[in-house]
Amino acid sequence: MLTETAHIENHLIPVLETVSDPEIPVLTVLDLGVIREAVEKDGVVHIKLTPTYSGCPAMDVISDDLKAAFSEIGKEVKVELILSPAWSTDWISETGMRKMEEYGIARPLSETSDKDVLLGNKKLVKCPQCGSTNTHLVSQFGSTACKALFKCDDCQEPFDYFKCLK
Amino acid sequence: MKNQNLYNYILTIADNSLILAQRLGELCGHGPSLETDIALTNISLDLLGQTRSYYQYAAKILDENKTEDDIAFLRIEREYKNCLLVEQPNTHFGYVIGRQFLFDVYHLMLMEKLQNSPDETLSAIAKKGIKEISYHKRFSSDWVKRLGDGTEESKAKMQEAIDDLWRFTDELFFMTNAEKKLAEEGIGVDISTFKEKYYQEVSEVLKEATLTVPENKYFTKGGKEGIHSEHMGYLLADLQYMQRTYPNMSW
Repeated sequence: MLTETAHIENHLIPVLETVSDPEIPVLTVLDLGVIREAVEKDGVVHIKLTPTYSGCPAMDVISDDLKAAFSEIGKEVKVELILSPAWSTDWISETGMRKMEEYGIARPLSETSDKDVLLGNKKLVKCPQCGSTNTHLVSQFGSTACKALFKCDDCQEPFDYFKCLK
Repeated sequence: MKNQNLYNYILTIADNSLILAQRLGELCGHGPSLETDIALTNISLDLLGQTRSYYQYAAKILDENKTEDDIAFLRIEREYKNCLLVEQPNTHFGYVIGRQFLFDVYHLMLMEKLQNSPDETLSAIAKKGIKEISYHKRFSSDWVKRLGDGTEESKAKMQEAIDDLWRFTDELFFMTNAEKKLAEEGIGVDISTFKEKYYQEVSEVLKEATLTVPENKYFTKGGKEGIHSEHMGYLLADLQYMQRTYPNMSW
């Protein structure tokens, strides 16, 4: 999905891979799919960045981090914030999904399943600690706008669930 | 200014988000439980994010070197175009939920129409917003049902809030000159087209919550034309304090 729509020049990838999401540090901006375009023109790197949520405070930090990362190799960066097309959890790469789970955040389910669990109809979210799906929703809103708060009824651990956004 | 009507139209939508975000922000650290506290401030943050997108767009139309911050912080009360509903105080949790619910149902319907606007920026903000507002509506409707169909006390408080806030719902569908003009041009939304659907959906949730749908036919309006309730000045004093006291400060 990411490679289909995002236009990122290959030689910029190693630098972009060093910039991570400040809230979920295991995910790089590429894993997260928020970089929609990265091209170099006349020595200046032009980056189009899209927010996960409109009010996501990480966007300002990510912009600054991008500038800092490229300035280390002596390149100037222009970051443009774009809203369209709107970010979707489908844009998180498979590597990103795996890293997120290892970090302790349950990955987003499909849209229908997501509705079912957030409405409390079904138990489908897998606990990232013990793998059980015997979990329940504690709050539709978690530590950040993109997550919901869950608790595992088997191992009793609370955990974050990355909400499906499509 | 390039396009006064478009500018006013943007503010008519954006100011609702700003003022409601401010109201919800007041609850940061004061929510009735940790989860609701986090939820309300998350909603506040979404609304604030939407507001920024609108104001950045509005600032571009205002070709006077103005930024989103000027629009947010340096207008006088009469220049804010939000509806009266969103400025109503956090009297108790029933009011917070009632206000949110009555607004969310409207807000989502408005965005579902606005996403089809030929204006690319408005359409992009709306498309992004829909994803967030759907969550807001789910949260607020769930709480209306939980409180309404809860204990005797929670039911009474939820009913009190709905009864009291009902008089502000008609204004949501009042069309200002800018709104009429933009709807004619096909850029803005003719909000009157979903008024019936709005009351229908609100009533269904209220009934499910075992609450009584108010039959009150007295409605009050004015906010959208800058005539606000007595609560607005206090809200703005809080909102604008830093910029008024230390002009151009930033952190």
